[in-house]
Amino acid sequence: MKVSYFPGCTLKTKAKDLEEYALKSAKALGVEMEEIENWQCCGGAFTTSSDEIATKLSSVRALNSARQKGQSLVSVCSACHNVLKQTNHAIKSNLEFSQKTNNYLKSENIEYNGETEVLHFLELLRDKVGYDEIKAKVVNPLKDLKVCCYYGCLLLRPSKVMQMDDAENPSILEDLVRALGAEPKYFGFRNECCGGYTIMDQKGDAKGKSKLILDSAKKAGVDVIVTACPLCLYNLKKNQDGVKVVYFTELLAEALGVKE
Amino acid sequence: MQRIGVFVCWCGTNIAGTVDVSKVSEALKNEPGVVYSTDYQYMCSQAGQDLIKNAVKEHNLTGIVVCSCSPRMHENTFRKTASAAGLNPYMVEIANIREQCSWVHKDIEVGTEKAIILGRAAIAKLHLNAPLTAGESPVTKRALVIGGGIAGIQTALDIAEAGFPVDIVEKQPTIGGKMAQLDKTFPTLDCAACILTPKMVEAGSHEKINIYAYSQVEEVNGFVGNFEVKIRKKARFVKEDLCTGCGICTEKCPQKKVPNEFNLGMDNRSAIYIPFAQAVPKIATIDPNACAKLKTGKCGLCERVCTAKAIDYTQQDQIITEKYGAIVVATGFNPISMDKFDEFAYNQSKDVVTSLEYERIMNAAGPTAGKLLRPSDGKHPHKIVFIQCVGSRCENCAEKGKEYCSKICCMYTAKHAMLTRDKYPDTDVTVFYIDVRTPGKAFDEFYRRAVEDYGVNYVKGMVGKVIPDGDKLIVRGSSLLDNKQLTIEADMVVLAAAIEPDKTARSLATMLTASMDTNDFFTEAHPKLRPVESPTAGVFLSGTCQGPKDIPETVSQAGAAAAKVIGLLAKDKLTGNPCVAEPNQLMCNGCSSCERVCPYGAITYEDKEYRMPDRTTQMRRVASVNPAVCQGCGACTVACPSGAMDLKGFTNKQIMAEVDAICK
Repeated sequence: MKVSYFPGCTLKTKAKDLEEYALKSAKALGVEMEEIENWQCCGGAFTTSSDEIATKLSSVRALNSARQKGQSLVSVCSACHNVLKQTNHAIKSNLEFSQKTNNYLKSENIEYNGETEVLHFLELLRDKVGYDEIKAKVVNPLKDLKVCCYYGCLLLRPSKVMQMDDAENPSILEDLVRALGAEPKYFGFRNECCGGYTIMDQKGDAKGKSKLILDSAKKAGVDVIVTACPLCLYNLKKNQDGVKVVYFTELLAEALGVKE
Repeated sequence: MQRIGVFVCWCGTNIAGTVDVSKVSEALKNEPGVVYSTDYQYMCSQAGQDLIKNAVKEHNLTGIVVCSCSPRMHENTFRKTASAAGLNPYMVEIANIREQCSWVHKDIEVGTEKAIILGRAAIAKLHLNAPLTAGESPVTKRALVIGGGIAGIQTALDIAEAGFPVDIVEKQPTIGGKMAQLDKTFPTLDCAACILTPKMVEAGSHEKINIYAYSQVEEVNGFVGNFEVKIRKKARFVKEDLCTGCGICTEKCPQKKVPNEFNLGMDNRSAIYIPFAQAVPKIATIDPNACAKLKTGKCGLCERVCTAKAIDYTQQDQIITEKYGAIVVATGFNPISMDKFDEFAYNQSKDVVTSLEYERIMNAAGPTAGKLLRPSDGKHPHKIVFIQCVGSRCENCAEKGKEYCSKICCMYTAKHAMLTRDKYPDTDVTVFYIDVRTPGKAFDEFYRRAVEDYGVNYVKGMVGKVIPDGDKLIVRGSSLLDNKQLTIEADMVVLAAAIEPDKTARSLATMLTASMDTNDFFTEAHPKLRPVESPTAGVFLSGTCQGPKDIPETVSQAGAAAAKVIGLLAKDKLTGNPCVAEPNQLMCNGCSSCERVCPYGAITYEDKEYRMPDRTTQMRRVASVNPAVCQGCGACTVACPSGAMDLKGFTNKQIMAEVDAICK
């Protein structure tokens, strides 16, 4: 299976682990992740709530590039995936947005109308590879490991657009963890906000939000928290006291025996 | 040539406000055949009707046109007037110049012009009217009540008390419905069982009432006064006439891990069971999905312990066919599923319960024997949050909840809050609400008592999220009056789930050809003036199948439905509707198009011998209509390719004459 792969800036800098383990695991599972050429920042550094079209153009270029190869577009970063998927949805459902975007891109001879299938790496694992298939390929089952799966906001919301899982009661991460042989531990704050960008100027707020998540996970009895989002990982690590926080791809690689 | 009188009604200012009635009356005077035309303030009043009667006699009228409100409103009134004046009642035509004219137009000139045109059309039709005589049909003096909750029980008792036999069909093994599951009832707090179970016993022992429990209606044929209904009596695997309800079988049954529906799955029952101690009829039922004997053939313990020899593993479903004069629908409601409301964590924590589950927890016969204990760990909760309107008044969320107000939740939540505070003063109670709606007798006083005397903390605002965290539930909501976000650490959360009609109502409506609204509530014939009758003749509505209702309202409506049924069954013969379809058999080519579109099964085909030229005869297949079954919908007249089918009182010629008059 071949897919187009959009890494995003953070995966090349702060979140190298997230990418490295994802690519190794994909290879072990027989999925070829072709990094698209000349990709640019998805636009996630700008606020996603604004309707500024210029900030979304790089996403449209990436989506178009996957379309030209006839492949799905996969990303591993929660934020990149969120921006790509929302942009794709806007092009399909909002005529004004679509027209304006295509006007901008005319000079590059691009006309894109939302044809590409946008997948998060987790969806690729669940829907294209299949958790049963992954379970069969696990060489190093993570026995007795108690894992709290932390979703954050961007992976699931807005739920009508993202359509990955039930936003209030998700299970895509827990089911993966179970396939890897570990024991998922449900905890209440698993889809609450970590504080996000408020860490920049309101450190107290972000710390408070992260603490709620960490305390709740500790109460559930946890060995390790996994997440798919670089910013969530940053916030949780910043405020952690003894709880290990890693990317979900790390556990995946470990179970598949390709971590080193 | 007809001698026609035209009567234009002002309807106070309803019509006269936007239609120049005297101008209409003047204009219609010049129509062919019109010998008299006038207007009057209220044509439906006694004086108005007298005016018509006198004009009929004075001017020797052969037919009348009344320009007034919708024929649904007063066609019958004016037919009676005509009849009293010696005319055939079907020589009356109504021109609707209110609903279809004055109410929808603002400009008096436009309204007047349209009123004249509508009057002209009615006159053109009347020219082709012929006197019609209604046929008569007998009435089967037996009523069927579908659903054995408080609505069905009350209706059945009231009909039976008037001396008519009644059958109740209930799909559960016992009658009693939702009310049997309740603890206390607002606003007087008498216990539900104490006021319901005597009625259940009365219904069970009344000589005029027959209960088909664990049964369902399968098929309905016929029409008002003459329904024929097939009832499926499901196999209980217990002989009803032998079982004494002693309950030994339920104690000895080795399969005891079946979720107990009566307690909403909060505890277990055995495979052979009696739903609750006061069940009527008190007869055991074997659950075929749980019984080892029926599934694998191994066990048979209940048969061995039953001293009455009532167990019968070979019992089959039975189909009973019975005739009825009237049918009452009392199919009730259910709380909606909480599966799509995961923000309240119903599926994530056992300590988030619905109000009906809370009702069972508070009930002395419930899973905790009436002690307030958390389902998760059996501990006493010290902080409870009630969330109202879960799925009710939910705009733009058809995939999840309901747009309407469920009506009963404000009161039962106040009841739950008050009872909790009364029994457990150490338990803190908070209620989140959008609005508190308590417009009933002694209802608002009841709510105020909960707030003022029992210290229930009411917060205007909604809850955004319930987060199960360890053994606590973190409730996040907003207080709109303080403009503050609240976070409450609760031990239990109670959701006032919206109510919806029972799922069986939809298929039943199809069988009865009774109409429903978009929410699957049965529609009444008139929302104000005929609230307990369905638009289908002979079908009546009782209780929450028609809309959300509390117990006092349900019981009133149940009595009202019974009164209508008694009125119907008291008649020996029913006058039919003479406006039925009639085929011109000489034109019929026997194609069956009409038979296929008839929703009432009123059309059959017969072979008839016809005389042909040169003394030959020919057998031809032609349509024939049963006038007692035909409802006069007219579908067949449209479907007939040869124009052989006509509707009396609405013939194709009459309709075309109206169209011509409008387009003139």
